[in-house]
Amino acid sequence: MNWPILSVVTFLPLLGALFIMLVRGDDGLARGTARWVALWTTLVTFAISLVLVARFDPSSAEFQFVEQHNWLGIASYHMGVDGISLPFVILTTGLMPICILASWTAIQRRVRAYMIAFLVLETLMVGTFSALDLVLFYLFFEGGLIPMFLIIGVWGGPRRVYASFKFFLYTLLGSVLMLLAIMAMYWDAGTTDIPALMHHGFPLSLQKWAWLAFFASFAVKMPMWPVHTWLPDAHVEAPTAGSVILAAILLKMGGYGFLRFSLPMFPSASHDFAPLVFTLSVVAIVYTSLVALMQEDIKKLIAYSSVAHMGFVTMGIFAATTQGIAGGIFQMISHGIVSGALFLCVGVVYDRVHTREIAAYGGLVNRMPLYAAVFLVFTLANVGLPGTSGFVGEFLALIGTFKVQVAVATLATLGVILSAAYALWLYRKVVFGVLEKPLLLGIKDIGWREALIFAPLVALTLLFGVAPKPVLDMSSAAVTQLLDNYNHALAAAKTAQLDRDAKEARVIPVSAVR
Amino acid sequence: MMQAMHMSALLPVLPELILLGSAIVLLMAGAMRGEVSSEAINSASIAILFLVGLSFAVVPPGRHELFNGSYVVDDFSRYLKLLAIVGSAGSLLLSLDYLTVEKQQKFEFGVLVLLSTLGMMMLISASDLIALYLGLELMSLALYVVAASNRDNVKSTEAGLKYFVLGALSSGMLLYGASLIYGFTGTVNFSGIAKATNLAAGAGGIGLIFGLVFLFVGFCFKISAVPFHMWTPDVYEGAPTPVTAFFAAAPKVAGIAIFVRATMVAFPGIAHEWQQIVVFVSIASMALGAFAAIGQRNFKRLMAYSSIGHMGFALVGLAAGTPEGVQGVLVYMAIYVAMTLGVFAVILSMRRDGVLVENIGDLAGLSRTHPTMAFFLAMLLFSLAGIPPLAGFFAKYFVFLAAIKAGLFTLAVLGVLASVVGAYYYLLIIKIMYFDEPVKNFESMPGRLRVVLGVSGLFNIFFFAYPAPLLALATVAAKSLF
Repeated sequence: MNWPILSVVTFLPLLGALFIMLVRGDDGLARGTARWVALWTTLVTFAISLVLVARFDPSSAEFQFVEQHNWLGIASYHMGVDGISLPFVILTTGLMPICILASWTAIQRRVRAYMIAFLVLETLMVGTFSALDLVLFYLFFEGGLIPMFLIIGVWGGPRRVYASFKFFLYTLLGSVLMLLAIMAMYWDAGTTDIPALMHHGFPLSLQKWAWLAFFASFAVKMPMWPVHTWLPDAHVEAPTAGSVILAAILLKMGGYGFLRFSLPMFPSASHDFAPLVFTLSVVAIVYTSLVALMQEDIKKLIAYSSVAHMGFVTMGIFAATTQGIAGGIFQMISHGIVSGALFLCVGVVYDRVHTREIAAYGGLVNRMPLYAAVFLVFTLANVGLPGTSGFVGEFLALIGTFKVQVAVATLATLGVILSAAYALWLYRKVVFGVLEKPLLLGIKDIGWREALIFAPLVALTLLFGVAPKPVLDMSSAAVTQLLDNYNHALAAAKTAQLDRDAKEARVIPVSAVR
Repeated sequence: MMQAMHMSALLPVLPELILLGSAIVLLMAGAMRGEVSSEAINSASIAILFLVGLSFAVVPPGRHELFNGSYVVDDFSRYLKLLAIVGSAGSLLLSLDYLTVEKQQKFEFGVLVLLSTLGMMMLISASDLIALYLGLELMSLALYVVAASNRDNVKSTEAGLKYFVLGALSSGMLLYGASLIYGFTGTVNFSGIAKATNLAAGAGGIGLIFGLVFLFVGFCFKISAVPFHMWTPDVYEGAPTPVTAFFAAAPKVAGIAIFVRATMVAFPGIAHEWQQIVVFVSIASMALGAFAAIGQRNFKRLMAYSSIGHMGFALVGLAAGTPEGVQGVLVYMAIYVAMTLGVFAVILSMRRDGVLVENIGDLAGLSRTHPTMAFFLAMLLFSLAGIPPLAGFFAKYFVFLAAIKAGLFTLAVLGVLASVVGAYYYLLIIKIMYFDEPVKNFESMPGRLRVVLGVSGLFNIFFFAYPAPLLALATVAAKSLF
């Protein structure tokens, strides 16, 4: 059977969105239809994406499920996944049904439009991870801004306008520079095909500028300190499911971009700029953790903790060791599950009490024991406790960095301690203590729908904590090849540099004699 | 020149002849039958433009020079003429309901649009300075009159007068530049000028450069590029809205066409000199279009600044001065016309209690009161901002691609930064439509406007799925200049 499975996974949600568009009216029936159609579309998409996993050959580092068609003339419709992108595709398709379920009752206004926005966003996110052409990648990458802008702006909190504009313009500003770099790469290599560009070998000067341009885009998306300020605003104002998508998937596009473009295409520049990335990562880990300690808003605290955790990812990736990169990928997947789940936890109490202020809570364990247990699992995973998925990623990233940069790894370890401080503090404030706030006296524990949402996330967090092999195996071949090529390119660049030095050394005495 | 007199030699200009003939016939009919025939004449004008578009099928392919080389019909001119006709027909379609409701039906309107379109076609095909001037004046004189077509309205009259005075000034400058160029090269023919400048490489002298600058002033005025843009906001705001739609679409196509043709064909020898000017004009237009639009609350005025910015982006392709650059300009103009017509279809349906409102604040909550209209307008605005996967992204993509190849990095970086600033005010309108609470409903949208908005919106949304035909046409058209 030879059907374009990757395109189906990518565009099926769009089909669902078109179907919802055809439903007229905004009465109860239309809302119900929109919800069910969205849920079934995302579930079927997830099911099909599991076929990808089943048929994926983890021993090969090549791109699989490849499709290529003529499109723009200078760019083609080229899709495919390898061990680095497949985990993100699954993460996306897997979280979408959860997001739809999480919005089931929380969203009562303009349900049709909401579901359409989410389905379109899913298409764009899956496309971003599976595009094998730079222009196509940019199309999906940037296109995601439109639905997310609307999700924050229409269904968001009181400062939604400010947050949505900031999100949109910040991200756009970074990306347009990347677009220019893409064009420069096209004129240098004569193609925008990603596999071809990986073996092109760009000249050093172009590498430097293109790396910086890509960095501008991915650092904003990631987000890295000091361009992270849009994230807390966007998270706080976005509706729960929007925060989940933002934290779990949109942020990962930055890390994915570093792995897919920066390291393989600009190896020398990546090597030269690694100290810059290390510095920013360490600042992010330590500084934003300290900032998180001072937050009064639950969502803001989790948002800052996301920035800190992404610091581990960038550090691990640019350490350019097997463990570092594997740790970076694992940390991104784990953070996708854990931070998504934490935002869902916030959503649960927000739906009941309608405030995100930490001070408004306390003693929830007395009325919501099940919720307290679930929240505890994710809090500990966020801290990086061994036995949860959060530990594996951070640990690998730290080991990988320790091999090349002892000081950086040591400073980054501080972040682990600080994360325990703010996460446990938050947990104590919200869940423990005496239940005395009048608003909380009648609060109900999580229902079956919410339990259904959390069950797979809890299971995965614990499963990946004790058995991280499935994810690590999936990407190991691709990571090995990435590193082989990277080291090869570095060695070649070094030899070329030595040759040039030697030649200059030979030339100078001759001219001196003359 | 017996062969030239042979009728078949005129076949390449058949579309122009049809247009001229029918404009005269309609004018006579209007004069005979009086006001009662106005609506019929204005509708007939659309049919005629459609017919003219079809008549391109009869035009023999390839390159034809007519009238001793002063008029050229090639792929470049065919592409842009069709585009100008689409722009004119589209804005006529937009105007029919408006004219009826506002009791402005005058048969001269359709006739003047036809004559102006004829001028554009002459301008697009012009291959020497005299044909250029004839085309430009035919186009502009008709435009001055339609700008003031609402005689009893002070703003409209002011717009017409302002446009006329400044337009006449710029025509004078253009003529002066043309005479200087003639004086220093000894010919008015574009390819002759190119030969002369090549011979006199370097020694072409300051006089030729002066002529070139004055010529550019005229072009910049017509496409409302900075620093000759001042008339645009006032004229856009003052003119009746369908006229504004017309101004924003078709004449821009013709202006860019002659700008590109004259520069690429007549002055390749002094590319270095004109490139600096185009780069400056382009940067200034993009920046002014982006920053000055932020404070605007009148939708028509905002579109004026938006069009200034877009002309700046189109000129990025010209600044590159390569076949890729010209192709970029051609793609840009096609997508620009489509976007502009769609946006004006919405502006023309902002009618509340029988009055056309123009402030962007009046769009508040449009996504709830008129969801389809809001959706299409939002997509058009995202497209104008250049967000993928909409058509406007590809427009910008191709011009910047050419600029990067030509090594114009500063221009490219400043350009994309300006596009980010510009995105702000497009987002502002989307914010008003989607995030704000609704005010009173608009009257329901007339059918013709729905058609224009629908076609333009769908073109913008689905362009990415099958871009090949337009790109292929633009490539062929661009090649014919080199």
